[in-house]
Amino acid sequence: MGLEHALGDTALTTTIDSAINWCRKNSLWPMPLGISCCGIEMMAFAMPRFDVARFGAEVFRFSPRQADLLIVAGTTTYKMATVVRKIYDQMPDPKWVIAMGACTSSGGMYRTYSVVQGIDQFLPVDVYVAGCPPRPDNLLHALIMIQEKIQRGESRSTPMTVTAERQEQQLLQIQGINNN
Amino acid sequence: MLTTVIEKLKLHFSNSILDVREFRGETTICVNKADIVKVCTFLRDDESCSFNYCSDVCGADAYAPENRFEVIYNLYSLSYKHRIRLKIFVDESDLHCPSVISVWPGANWPERETYDMFGIIFDGHNDLRRMYMPEEFEYFPLRKDFPMMGVPDSIPLPRK
Ligand code: SF4
Repeated sequence: MGLEHALGDTALTTTIDSAINWCRKNSLWPMPLGISCCGIEMMAFAMPRFDVARFGAEVFRFSPRQADLLIVAGTTTYKMATVVRKIYDQMPDPKWVIAMGACTSSGGMYRTYSVVQGIDQFLPVDVYVAGCPPRPDNLLHALIMIQEKIQRGESRSTPMTVTAERQEQQLLQIQGINNN
Repeated sequence: MLTTVIEKLKLHFSNSILDVREFRGETTICVNKADIVKVCTFLRDDESCSFNYCSDVCGADAYAPENRFEVIYNLYSLSYKHRIRLKIFVDESDLHCPSVISVWPGANWPERETYDMFGIIFDGHNDLRRMYMPEEFEYFPLRKDFPMMGVPDSIPLPRK
């Protein structure tokens, strides 16, 4: 916020912080990335039957610059990974990411050369949603988890640093998958 | 109807037809690689054949020392509603084969796809680029010796 630099951790700043977090969590603007079948369930999640408007996240933005919640809903291929990352990079901070579905979280049933085995290989993920596809209420649950996270004051506004060990780990991971 | 087609082919291209197979009512004709364009042009233009629609061109990898790859053409006649399948064999040592885009311009993308997946080079194709895989990818994924999980680091991921 910047205010805490001037005033320190006083009752005033912490109260403002929690008020702002409360506002943030109840007005998440999702950037829908329905890149395959999970996208259909994500649409249902926005429709009246499940009605994400109850949680204040009904304003789907098709421009990453106006969104603060990225919902990656679908099989992410290596070719698409660059695009997903570019969209994520264009979103203003603070931002959160939901990996929706088995494909996005782990490659799912596509254990093959063209599909990234989990988007966490190139993107920080806050909540993973299980299922193929997950039901819309499952995605709502993920949204509520994000809201709890925001209320606790956790955000990924600082990008994760790449370390040499991390890269080596990733490489081992990929090779491990190959040997199986 | 198809019997006429096969008879005509045998009559005109006795040296190019290697084999005629029938399986579950589907006719496959194996053709000499060098004559594929001639055979295709005939099949398209002949009155009683009239295969004016090339529904697909695809490849197959038999993983055999000889005639490792096959290129398969599925043809359809919109006027007579009959289908035929042509097959040519491509050796691993010589991955070239003639392109049929001069006969059916619609074969352009299927041939690109076959190139992308098997590395078969279609001579005379005007735009033989990768289709599904990134431009700088070096391997051919549908070949039998390609590992299912791919070659590590062959397609770079964005940095975390
Ligand atoms: S998890 Fe299932 S439903 Fe979702 S994108 Fe993958 S295959 Fe489709």
